[in-house]
Amino acid sequence: MSDMTLDISQTRPVPFGRLTAVEIRKMADTRAGVWLLGLTVLVTAAFMIIFFLVADSEDRILGNFIGIAATPQGFVLPVLGILLITSEWGQRTAMVTFALEPSRAKVIASKVVAALILGLGAFVAAIALGSLGTLVGGADGGFDNLKVTTFLLFLGLQILGILQGLAYGLIFLNTPAAIVTYFVLPIASSIIFAVVPALQDSAPWVDLGTAQEPLFELGSGGELTGDQLAHLGTTALIWILLPFVIGLARVMRAELK
Amino acid sequence: MIDVTGLTKSYGGFLAVDDISFRCQPGRVTGFLGPNGAGKTTTMRVMVGLTPATRGDVRIGGHRYQDIPNPGTHVGVLLDASAQHAGRTGREVLMVGAKTMGLPESRVDEMLELVSLSQTEAKRRLRNYSLGMRQRLGIAHALLGDPSVLILDEPANGLDPAGIRWMRDLLKHYADRGGTVLLSSHLLNEVELIADDMILIGRGKIVAEGTKKALLAERSTGTLVTAVDNEALSTALAGAGLTVHAAGDGLRVEAEPLQVGQVAADQRLVLAELRPAGGGLESLFLELTSDSQRDDLTEPIEPQGAPA
Repeated sequence: MSDMTLDISQTRPVPFGRLTAVEIRKMADTRAGVWLLGLTVLVTAAFMIIFFLVADSEDRILGNFIGIAATPQGFVLPVLGILLITSEWGQRTAMVTFALEPSRAKVIASKVVAALILGLGAFVAAIALGSLGTLVGGADGGFDNLKVTTFLLFLGLQILGILQGLAYGLIFLNTPAAIVTYFVLPIASSIIFAVVPALQDSAPWVDLGTAQEPLFELGSGGELTGDQLAHLGTTALIWILLPFVIGLARVMRAELK
Repeated sequence: MIDVTGLTKSYGGFLAVDDISFRCQPGRVTGFLGPNGAGKTTTMRVMVGLTPATRGDVRIGGHRYQDIPNPGTHVGVLLDASAQHAGRTGREVLMVGAKTMGLPESRVDEMLELVSLSQTEAKRRLRNYSLGMRQRLGIAHALLGDPSVLILDEPANGLDPAGIRWMRDLLKHYADRGGTVLLSSHLLNEVELIADDMILIGRGKIVAEGTKKALLAERSTGTLVTAVDNEALSTALAGAGLTVHAAGDGLRVEAEPLQVGQVAADQRLVLAELRPAGGGLESLFLELTSDSQRDDLTEPIEPQGAPA
């Protein structure tokens, strides 16, 4: 130890999987984190129970249960994505996190993967709760006619929401600003595109809400048309990928306080 | 072990750190001393890659910090003891660090014991920690990966005198085993207690550096002495070939206290006070940073009228 150089030849870099596991741990080791994760499941369950109580018995099929879970999870999961980024700045732990892993791209990537894993967890929880509802009081044949696309679309929607949350978190590095923008901006956009007649034709291409509408209407059946998929693609590019890239560029260059 | 070369960091037109170079040796505790806003924290943040340098270079053991794999196992960093999630328990803060570095859980308990945080305290959330407890936890976090270099920003801030002594012993042992320590402080007596080498910084520039002993010796300005009969003492000292100046109630002599005491004893003169002039490093610190102090200490502080 007494010479002037550090021997780093025997040290392995922090493995990506370990970093991701730590990010998930950090989401669940505070009361706020536990509440948010618990809330995701509770709110999903609550919506399903309400649906269970109001729906006709023949509508109580798994596909519908999953569909009903999309709304509450679409609210909560993006907030989870936002917090995964912004809590590091709000609580100033970014200094510690990035001192232990100076590769900023690697840290952000591990946060993205951690968020996706948590989203996948919410997806599994939704299926589990939905299956339970269907088993307990569902229609006869509630598990019939299941389509893989129903699940994929649901999962896709969740993932888009999480990524959008991450992107806004990266841009603002501030929890309230990111959350407010996440919820207000799409509404403002939808209003503008609905009100201004000249914009109405381009709405599905630019407005996230308009483009995602078909996803919510699919329910247990139906397929997306090629056009609708293209709409989803361009809006995801504008509303999710672009903010993500801008936010990432900001974090890569910023001074971490 | 830590080499800073021509480091400059500017924010717009403001030079937070202005072309500084220094080196921290292994086996020694280097104190980084300066008034608030002198550039200590900025320098340390550049060292660990959190702040990009405008110019210049920092190498730790020959490497850029960003190039050190699993850096926590080589360089222990404490930049701000309060920069931890208020909702995590002390133990969990260490667990997150240990998991990231790939260390066993037993290491967390070892470190808690090292910094004298009890298991009960470790289960409390950080919002309930005093600053002193946060500093201890921060030190534990920095030492988790058994690093050979420590970079600590104001680690003694918030510690009581016993805590400062504890930290001195801890860092001294660490350095004795060959570790390199750089610690900053804006309080002179902290650094005076803990450090072997000192770097004084003011307004982004290094104003003095060297071993604590050398810096003290250089600044020695003789002895202050007060006798019951100053006149007789003055004559006796001049007779012994020493240069004597009047100073306040007594005399300032350009000699060591021992010489002055000997002369007084020989002449059977009664002394009321005998001490080295200059007040240790304090006058050095104030003098060297005087033009970078926010408060002008040469003017007596007058009470100001009530602000409008």
